[in-house]
Amino acid sequence: MSELHTIVCMKVVPMPEEVRVNQETMVLDRANARSIFNPPDMNALEMALKLKEQHGGSVSVLSMGPPFFEQYLRLTLCMGADHVYLLSDRAFGAADTLGTSRTLAAAIEKIGRYDLVLCGEESSDGATAQVPPGIAEWLDLPQVTYALEAELDPFNRRMRAKREIKGGHELLLVHLPAVASVKMGANEPRFLDWSLRPWGERADLVTVWALADLPVDLEEVGVAGSATIVDGVRQSKSPERRREMISGGAEAEARELFERIKHYLREQ
Amino acid sequence: MTKSTYGPADARGIWVYLEHQEGQLEGVSLELLRQGRELADALQTSLTGLLLGYALGELPRLAVACGADVVLTADHPALQLYCTDAYTRAVTAMVQDGKPDVLLLGATPNGRDLAGRLAVRLRTGLTADCTGLSIDAARRLLRGDVVGFGGGIVATILCPEHRPQMATVRPGIFGQPEQHFDRQGDVRSFPVEPDPADARVRVLERSVSEGVDLTRAGAIVAVGRGARGDMAVLERLAELLHAEIGGTRVAADFGWIERERQIGQTGVVTAPSLVICCGISGAIHFTVGVDKAECVVAINTDPDAPIFEHADYCIVDDMFAVLPHLVEELAKAGALAG
Repeated sequence: MSELHTIVCMKVVPMPEEVRVNQETMVLDRANARSIFNPPDMNALEMALKLKEQHGGSVSVLSMGPPFFEQYLRLTLCMGADHVYLLSDRAFGAADTLGTSRTLAAAIEKIGRYDLVLCGEESSDGATAQVPPGIAEWLDLPQVTYALEAELDPFNRRMRAKREIKGGHELLLVHLPAVASVKMGANEPRFLDWSLRPWGERADLVTVWALADLPVDLEEVGVAGSATIVDGVRQSKSPERRREMISGGAEAEARELFERIKHYLREQ
Repeated sequence: MTKSTYGPADARGIWVYLEHQEGQLEGVSLELLRQGRELADALQTSLTGLLLGYALGELPRLAVACGADVVLTADHPALQLYCTDAYTRAVTAMVQDGKPDVLLLGATPNGRDLAGRLAVRLRTGLTADCTGLSIDAARRLLRGDVVGFGGGIVATILCPEHRPQMATVRPGIFGQPEQHFDRQGDVRSFPVEPDPADARVRVLERSVSEGVDLTRAGAIVAVGRGARGDMAVLERLAELLHAEIGGTRVAADFGWIERERQIGQTGVVTAPSLVICCGISGAIHFTVGVDKAECVVAINTDPDAPIFEHADYCIVDDMFAVLPHLVEELAKAGALAG
């Protein structure tokens, strides 16, 4: 294998607790929410940087979003990434996972030579976990979702990956190139290395692509390339609870509570 | 527009993909059969269960007993263990042959692995991790409710033009079906051929522990940041209540509980008769996971903690002061009962 090249797909997301629903229009208001990297994407980046430390090669970061993402993506250069690709075009907007995975796959094709594509397991705003298998399908590559660990055997162009399954895990042997989604908390993402700041500010390390730059048609991206529509958004309602206060010191409270819940004991 | 392999005019029937383990249908698969039955009845169409694996035995009969009109089986040694490529190919062939209107899968790791791949191969829409499913009768469309942004928002998603309308369904949301073994159904075997190209992924090892399934727990002792990792009294309480231990993401992040015991938006949604929330502030990310509980108890030192808005019985006090007394009461009651 020539030099290892890993592409990490990353997304900048609003902090979930700062997103509000406009009660009149029922439209999400993200304007006042601060942005962060989608947390498991940081685990994917960390996995890629570790593999680079072990095997050499390079790490590219790929993202789709508005131009302001660039300032965030440059931070990955200060963590050890080598190049950033930002896909930015109004045509890409409001895509579901079908259109999004198509767009990212087209960019990966355009980047060309790579051995591994890593993503976070899911995004904190969409939470579908569908984009990584979608990318793998568009590129006709093997996939490993919910990866906890990855070990590369560059000579044989293979990867051993541990993935989570319900109630346990499995160990897979996968031919490269492959796509993997990384579990949140799979590793400890590193801090920024401030000595890399000049590197992070270099103009030539960020490539911005619009629709016309990608091997994909307008009909396959954004709203046109999507199959699902949002038919309505509402604030979720919690059930009404009794909200009965029990007070009077620890011992009395415990006794009161016991009286209230003891009939649940007999049911078991 | 990216077109699906067939359109609404050719589509009919509700299909559910059934996962199984050691001769038993997974909990979420049983739930899919119940929910699928309701959707099929609403559309006056049939419910088909998909069973892939090797030596399926009594599983098709069980699926019929739980509400399936038709069970499509792919029974082959190459399908003994779940693997993305072989399963995607088999289900794609089944779908292109039978052209279902709706295809539902459980939002388990493997269910989501398969669904994400299938949806792109079929060029169709997939709604992730639904907490509600219903039929829009006028348009004859599946409505999938998904919870977003930490649980505060519910969005309804439609897939108007592409078929099948796919969705993954969160475990623990829908109830279990009744089983009627005198129900009649049509079990059909679907031919599958292994493909040498599938060797690009090999399963070297698989280990599944008994594990806990909080979606099935009758009672839960839930812990949050306020527990500060001191689990002794909580474990004793759980033992006396015959309860499972669960907790917040913080509790799982600190390693006080296993990840599979995490309750809420990024964990499991539970529906116990009783849940005692100890030292939990009650952010919406957590409370969505206990909203279906019959009775919620909250113990927290902070009188302004939002958990008290979501509780039936509220104690503003130190959990470590209250719980030993509760344990004592329970032990006494247990001794009396015993």
